[in-house]
Amino acid sequence: MFITARTMRSPAMVRASRVVQAVLAIVFVALALSEIGLAMNGIFLGSVLALGAVGITLVFGVMRFANIAHGDMMTMGAYVAFFLLVSVLPEHTGLGPFTFGFPLLIAIPVSMAAVAALAVGMDVFVFRRLRLRRANIVTIEIASLGLAIAIRGFIQMIWDTPVRYFPNEGRQHISLPADISIAPNHIFVSGAALVLAIALHLLLTRTKQGKAMRATSDNPDLARASGINTDRVLLWTWGIAGALAGAAGVLLVIFNATSQLKPTIGFQLLVPLFAAVVVGGIGNPYGAFLGAMLIGISMEVSTAWALPTYKPAIAFTVMVVVLLFRPRGLFGSRG
Amino acid sequence: MLEFLTAFAILVGIYSVFTLGLNVHWGYTGLFNIGVAGFFALGAYAASLLTIRPPLSNQGEDYLYSGDLANRLDALPVIGVLDLWFVAGLLAAALVAAVVALVVGTITIRLRGDYLAIATLGIAESVRLVFLNERWLSNGSRGIYTIPRPFGDIVAPQDYDRVYLVVVLVVFAVLFAGIRALMHSPWGRVLRAIREDEVTAEASGKHVFRFKLQAFVLGAVVMGIGGALYAFNFRAISPITFTPLLGTFIIWAMLVAGGSGRLYGPIVGAFVVWGIWSGSQFLPNVIELLPEALNVPILDALDLVGLPNIRFFAVGVLVVLVLLYAPDGITPGIVRVRERLAARARHHART
Repeated sequence: MFITARTMRSPAMVRASRVVQAVLAIVFVALALSEIGLAMNGIFLGSVLALGAVGITLVFGVMRFANIAHGDMMTMGAYVAFFLLVSVLPEHTGLGPFTFGFPLLIAIPVSMAAVAALAVGMDVFVFRRLRLRRANIVTIEIASLGLAIAIRGFIQMIWDTPVRYFPNEGRQHISLPADISIAPNHIFVSGAALVLAIALHLLLTRTKQGKAMRATSDNPDLARASGINTDRVLLWTWGIAGALAGAAGVLLVIFNATSQLKPTIGFQLLVPLFAAVVVGGIGNPYGAFLGAMLIGISMEVSTAWALPTYKPAIAFTVMVVVLLFRPRGLFGSRG
Repeated sequence: MLEFLTAFAILVGIYSVFTLGLNVHWGYTGLFNIGVAGFFALGAYAASLLTIRPPLSNQGEDYLYSGDLANRLDALPVIGVLDLWFVAGLLAAALVAAVVALVVGTITIRLRGDYLAIATLGIAESVRLVFLNERWLSNGSRGIYTIPRPFGDIVAPQDYDRVYLVVVLVVFAVLFAGIRALMHSPWGRVLRAIREDEVTAEASGKHVFRFKLQAFVLGAVVMGIGGALYAFNFRAISPITFTPLLGTFIIWAMLVAGGSGRLYGPIVGAFVVWGIWSGSQFLPNVIELLPEALNVPILDALDLVGLPNIRFFAVGVLVVLVLLYAPDGITPGIVRVRERLAARARHHART
C-alpha cells in the first residue's frame, strides 16, 4: 500500500519489529483477559461490525474502492425494519429471552432484500456509468460519498432526526460465573451474524457465482478472459454486500439495550468498519471478519479506562498501529 | 431581505475559503481528504480559545485556558482600535492547523487514495471526540460562546454583518490571490504533475512526498483560517458544528459542483450549494401546502415529518448528478454559456 518503497530493512530492524509485534499481541490478549466481560461484549459488537466490514471488503475486492455509503446502507436496513415493525407487522415483543418479538425475524430478511436492491440500484444507476466512463477511483469514491448523504437525507426526510425505538420490552441479563452478565439479545446478534457468515462462506466456496466472485477479486482481467461475466459478478457482490449491510443495520439496533435508532447509527460506525477492513487486509472477507472481532474487542475493552465516546478513536488507533507494522493488514490484502 | 442576503454572502465567503483549501488538496494535488471537519474544528477552537475571556466557573464554563487577547489588546493605547487580536486569531488557527497537518501528513500522505481518505476521516472524528469529551480544553458539548466580534465598535450591532462581510471578503481575496500565484508558480505546476501522474513526477526528479506534504499543510492552513472566520461569525462553536456531514461533505459537494482544480470552482460551488442548502429551508413550507392543494392521499399518509431535511437529500443527489453528467463541475458550463451569449451579442451587433 505504500507507494514509496520502504522495504530494504536491516535484519536487526526486522527482528526488533517482530519483538514489538509480539509484545503488542501479548498486551492485547492480557488486556482482553483481564476484562473478560468487556471482551465478550467486544465479540458481540465485533459480529455486527463483521457483517458491515465483510460487505465493504467484498465490494473493494471487485471494484477497488472503499464504499463510504456502506454505513448509511446499514442505517437504511434499520429503518426499513423499523417501518415494518411499527406500521406493517403485528405487534409483538418479548420472544423467549429477547427484547424483540417474532416480527423481527420477518423484518430481517425483508430489510436484507431491500438494502440489497438499493445496493444493486446504486451500481446500475451510478457506479456502472462511472465505470463505463473509466472514471478514476476517487471520483467513484466521491460518488459513494454523495450517495451516503443522499441515503441519510432520504431517511431524515421520511423519519426525521429524533431517536426512535424498535418495539421492545425489558429483559434480565443472563448471569454467568466470574461476574459476567450477558444480554440475551447479544447472543441472538452473534448467532445471526455467525449464520450469515457461514452462509457467505458456503456461497463463496461452493457455488459457481461465489467462485466467480473470488476469481474477479483476485484478478479482474484474468477472470474476464476466462469467460466470467464480471458485470454480473459486480451485481452479485453489491447485492450480497447490501444484504449483509441490511442485516447488520437491524442487528445494530437490537444490539443496543434500548433498541434505539437514529439516522447516524450506521455512519458513526464507518471508522470502526474501515478499521476492521484495513486491519483484516483490504479485500479479504475472512480477514475482515477477524479484523472486526479485533476492533470490537479493542473498542469494548478500552471502556475500562477510556470514555466510551472515544471508542471510534480507539478503533482508528488500533488500525494505525497495525498499519505501522503490517502495511497490508494482519491477514494479507488483495488491494 | 438585505440582512438575509448579507448573512448568505458571509457564509458563501467562509465556505469558499474551506473549498479553496480542499481545492489545494484534491483539485490541484489529488490528495483525497475527507477530514476537512478536523482542520475546520482546529482552526475554530484555536482562534476562539486565544481570544475569549477567561472562564466563569459559576456559569458552568469548564475550560481552563483562554488567551483573553481581545480584552488585553483592546486595552492598549492606539493599536487597541486596530483589533489586531482578530489577525492573531487567524494566525493561531493557521498555525495549529499547520502543525497538526504536518504531523498527520508525515504519517499518512504516503498512503494510497482510499487509505488516505480513511485516515483523514478517522483523524477528523478523533479531533471532534477530543473537543467533545475534554471539557477542560473546550468546554465539551456546551461549546464556547463568548467569542468576540472583530471591529464590532464601528457600527450598531444590527448592521454588524455588513462589516463582517467586508472582513470575510478581504481574507478570502488575500487567500485566493496567494493560492492563484502559487498555482501558477513552478511549485504549483509540480503539484498538478503529481495529480496527473505521480510516477512520472517522481521520475522527473521531483520529491513527490515533500511536495504532497507541503500541499497538505497549505490546504489545512486555509481550512483552519476558514474555521476561525466561521467561529468569529457565529460567535459560538460546539462539536456539533464539526460532524462529518456539516464539516466535510458539504464542502466536498461545493468543490465537486463548482469543478475541482479550477480557480473559480470553489466560489461557484460554494455559491450554488449554499444557495440550495439555505434555499431549501423554505421548500418544506411550499411542499406542505401541496397535499391540501392537490389532495394527494399518498403524501398525507406518509406524514413527512422530516421534510425540512430534504436539503440533505438534495445535496447528496446533486453531487451524484454532477459526477454523472458534468464531471468537470458546473463552472465550464457557465463559461460555455457566457461565450455563447457573447457570440450571439457579436452576431446581433453585426446584423
